[in-house]
Amino acid sequence: MPLELDISHLHYSQVNKILRDYIEKGEREFILRGVNGHRYLFAGISAEIKAQLYGTPGLDLGAFMRGPEIRVFGNVQDGAGNTMDEGKIVVHGMAGDVVGYAMRGGKIHIYGDVGYRVGIHMKAYMDKVPVIIIGGKAGDFLGEYMAGGIIILLGMHSIYPERPLAGLFLGTGMHGGTIYVRGKVKESYLGLGLKPYALDGEDEKILEKHLKEYCDDFGLDLSEILKEDFIKIIPYTHRPYGKLYAY
Amino acid sequence: MGTPQFASFYPDFYIERLWEKCIKCRRCVKECSYGAHIWDEKKKTLLEDHTKCVGCHRCEAMCPTKAIIIRRHPSEFREHALWTPWFIKNIYKQADQGGVLLTSTGCALPFKNYFDHLVLDACQVTNPPIDPLREPMELRTYIGPKPEALEIEEVNGKFRLKKKLPPLIKLEVPIMFAAMSYGAISLHVHQGLARAARDLGTLYNTGEGGLHASLYEYGSNTIVQCASGRFGLHVDYLKAGVAIEIKIGQGAKPGIGGHLPGEKVTEEISKTRMIPVGSDALSPAPHHDIYSIEDLRGLIYALKEATEYKKLVFVKIAAVHNVAAIASGIVRAGADAVVIDGLKGGTGAAPTMFRDYIGIPIELAISAVDKRLREEGIRHRTSIIASGGIRSSADVVKAIALGADAVYIGTAALIAVGCTMCQRCYTGKCPWGIATNNPELIKRLPPEVAYEKIYNLVKAWAHEIKEMLGAMGINSIESLKGNRDKLRAVGLTKEEMEILEVKHAGE
Amino acid sequence: MWNLTLRAKEISGCGIAGIIHKKGELIPGEMILKAICCQYERGNGLGAGFAAYGIYPDLAEYYALHVMAQNRQALEKVEEFLQKNTFLNFQEPIPTKRVKTIKNPPLFKRYFVKPKLEEEEAEFCNLTAEDDRMVQLVMEINEKIEGAYVISSGKNMGVFKGVGFPDEIAEFFRIDEYKAFIWTAHNRFPTNTPGWWGGAHPFTILDWSIVHNGEISSYGTNRRYLELFGYKCTLLTDTEVVAYILDLLIRKHGLPLELACKAMAPPFWIEIDEMPEEERELYTALRILYGGAVLNGPFAILFAYNGGLVGLNDRVKLRPLVAASKGDLYFMASEEAAIRAICPDPEKIWAPKAGEPVIIEMEEGVIPNQKSYLKPRPVEVREDALRIGYIPPSLFSGK
Ligand code: SF4
Ligand code: SF4
Repeated sequence: MPLELDISHLHYSQVNKILRDYIEKGEREFILRGVNGHRYLFAGISAEIKAQLYGTPGLDLGAFMRGPEIRVFGNVQDGAGNTMDEGKIVVHGMAGDVVGYAMRGGKIHIYGDVGYRVGIHMKAYMDKVPVIIIGGKAGDFLGEYMAGGIIILLGMHSIYPERPLAGLFLGTGMHGGTIYVRGKVKESYLGLGLKPYALDGEDEKILEKHLKEYCDDFGLDLSEILKEDFIKIIPYTHRPYGKLYAY
Repeated sequence: MGTPQFASFYPDFYIERLWEKCIKCRRCVKECSYGAHIWDEKKKTLLEDHTKCVGCHRCEAMCPTKAIIIRRHPSEFREHALWTPWFIKNIYKQADQGGVLLTSTGCALPFKNYFDHLVLDACQVTNPPIDPLREPMELRTYIGPKPEALEIEEVNGKFRLKKKLPPLIKLEVPIMFAAMSYGAISLHVHQGLARAARDLGTLYNTGEGGLHASLYEYGSNTIVQCASGRFGLHVDYLKAGVAIEIKIGQGAKPGIGGHLPGEKVTEEISKTRMIPVGSDALSPAPHHDIYSIEDLRGLIYALKEATEYKKLVFVKIAAVHNVAAIASGIVRAGADAVVIDGLKGGTGAAPTMFRDYIGIPIELAISAVDKRLREEGIRHRTSIIASGGIRSSADVVKAIALGADAVYIGTAALIAVGCTMCQRCYTGKCPWGIATNNPELIKRLPPEVAYEKIYNLVKAWAHEIKEMLGAMGINSIESLKGNRDKLRAVGLTKEEMEILEVKHAGE
Repeated sequence: MWNLTLRAKEISGCGIAGIIHKKGELIPGEMILKAICCQYERGNGLGAGFAAYGIYPDLAEYYALHVMAQNRQALEKVEEFLQKNTFLNFQEPIPTKRVKTIKNPPLFKRYFVKPKLEEEEAEFCNLTAEDDRMVQLVMEINEKIEGAYVISSGKNMGVFKGVGFPDEIAEFFRIDEYKAFIWTAHNRFPTNTPGWWGGAHPFTILDWSIVHNGEISSYGTNRRYLELFGYKCTLLTDTEVVAYILDLLIRKHGLPLELACKAMAPPFWIEIDEMPEEERELYTALRILYGGAVLNGPFAILFAYNGGLVGLNDRVKLRPLVAASKGDLYFMASEEAAIRAICPDPEKIWAPKAGEPVIIEMEEGVIPNQKSYLKPRPVEVREDALRIGYIPPSLFSGK
């Protein structure tokens, strides 16, 4: 039985302290109700636990965390998964700006749209590869400075029909990692020097694997998603600014 | 014929080989990581490529017969007060390559160094100087926020605290080692710094490149850094030290982020930073989760939450025009210490224009920040750590008398381990094995040597500080803090003295 | 003109002496005079002074302002100011005597007043509000009225001081005509700023009076520390900062006297490190918080208040201090000889340890408005002074 808590009257530092205490005691599943603007929930928590959040968590949900699986029934504000290390955030709604900043591992699945600067500075090493999947559309600077990891942008569940799939400066300065986009993006929207490529067999395998998990999370039909072609964006060099300096 | 490369016509240095001494052992060829010494197999002789010499003096130091002298290149341009060789050559370089001028270390221009215009006081007759060799002399300093007043209760006839103090960091000497990242400097230097910090009872700072596994054992003497690139930043790292420093900026390059040139991103570095080998590790100019002061508060508390309020959070900024107001905002945002890095603060890589022209001198910044925080009644809520251009124990004393709680040294520690200030750290070829990750070069500076040199330096400075305090008739460092009576200006204007709140010598 | 701000910081050496009667019996002025004169060599004729407690028993409920003025106009301005801000009960010139060696002394007058309080404050009419207001008024006079200076402002006490040797100053102020239950005296050896009457000791704030021997090397730090709490050090004397530190630590922060003394002359870290845990935490905190209040450098001070006399010297004993007792009389002075001059056969005579205060309080209830500072009292500071950052600690308490 998951432990149910109504946190509406609590300050975030109390909530985290309570969670830590229960985790210490061996509790592994939580349901948090009354979430509204609570910052830093699960920040820095290192444990294999599961949590369901009802409401709108505040800044930096799951920042630096290692392990927790958080499912949010609602939207998340800015900074979700900030420098997250391992674990998973599933959002049954939209997300604010700077999701997965400098993410090092784990997964973030967003059903709907995301804001600006999502997945910037993502990193990876060997088989530790963070993944962000966005069901809706993304703002500018998606994957800026990306050094590793995978971003998948579907553009399907958006509340902004008038907006492009991804904003301007997509992948600008990226020097590692891959961004997959379902459908097409204007080349002028890409960061300097970047080009869209068609997928190869390896890509398709990766994509299917991650999207399958995504579909399971939200009860979606994978074949529906795969109906349209994807493009991928990868760095043209791992040193996009190598020529910037006069030595 | 290709386009002429003007810059290469006019080398900066000249390698003079004293042939009567040279035994052709070819040591210099091996030592020079830039390839300025060349062995001509056919003619069985040595050649020099002066254009490649960066003036690091490694060959000169290592030559067994002392057969090498490195000089400024004697070839001269016609004198011109405005168009000095520095500007001429920079323009050639940029015309050749079309790039941003890159350099290392701190501001190289002869801006007024205020430390050099401040003299210290000593006791004569009216009160006695104290001899630190035989009498107690205390340098212990606590970093972190303090309440303004104590609450005391009496229990069984004994006084005790009603409420314990929040966590604070104890320093046995008010000198810490500034952030220099693993990647910018070699692992060996990091190991030396960590060990020296432990034995001296002070702290070293990991910089923004993460923390090598071998260094976790020095946790209680460690400040970990959180910069915009968030390299090597995970929960264990955040919890590894006693403090977390949010790097907003640094004195050598205010307004831009960190830059570790791809040349230095080796396999090991790629692992701790989680970026591809050979890619430039670039930290963005801003933290993308901080676009305003309330966001800084957001990050400060995110870090505090993640570490369960057990670590202090420092915020480091470059000393810029509005440093006082900014520092005040930082304190109000909840920073436990503000680190102010002055104009002369060093770096492993910075655009030359930034290094030389952006920011303000640390002396003025300390005074202004201390004053502002005092005026706002929030000085006790934070500590001021001054950094950038601290070259001697006297500079430390002056910084504290101007209002700092402690200082950081960076460049001084590197010079202690052999750096010759060649200002080419960004090439990754540091021939002294300091600012490099090349496995061959780093062997030149073993961790034990780094430790010993750094330890010696700070030990010597600590002793000098005690001597100076003793001469002033003070036997603990807290009585130096902000003590302007101990400072007098020589050759400063009224305005400068007003900012520094010091009187002129003779007054 | 007495331009205070441009004056350089004073440097002086000195002799000090103090006497207290534990039961509040009155001690004639000759006695203190004899003690301080015995230490004649410790002064150079550039300043001497006396503080006497219990000299205005009939007006004990009023703050006794001893005002020194350069001329009539200055006095008039003071009177105008007092009319406006206080209830003035009684005033008179301080009786003085012509002394040949004292040329052109300033004018001296005393006023017995109670401050007018803002309406809101008056409702509670508690002592601290009155005290605070009085401190403000005194500072205002000293800062703003040129040529006038309040040399003491406590209840049932007064300070008599000036430029000259102690016997000359005593003669001038007719010290032999007063009787007090606490006396302190000072004989000054300044190396600069000759000839300013206000610069002589004792220095006072409310009923705190201080005489001091030595030079405090931490002056710059102490002054800046005090500025944080709104104290303005206009006099540029070490004694002034000592007075304000005492006021801050004891009156405002509620530290017990002993701890306030320990804050000014703290134990060494090596001593603190060896203390049992609770004590170590206390002293560590005391040093961390009150680093700005540490008096560093050589000093021996005597301070007195309505109810006690305290002697303290620096933590490495760079200035002498001797204490003695006989019956209900307690003595403190720079030299043993000074005590022997007035009490040849003390029951006990001892040299206090460096940094260990000698605190002599009177028996309970023997004088009007008696004060005791042996116990900790609630802190009386800004609301957020005990808080760190923005998160109130109460948030962490509940689950
Ligand atoms: S190291 Fe010295 S002796 Fe050896 S080849 Fe070079 S210059 Fe000659
Ligand atoms: S660290 Fe090495 S490269 Fe950098 S200035 Fe010093 S000697 Fe030159």
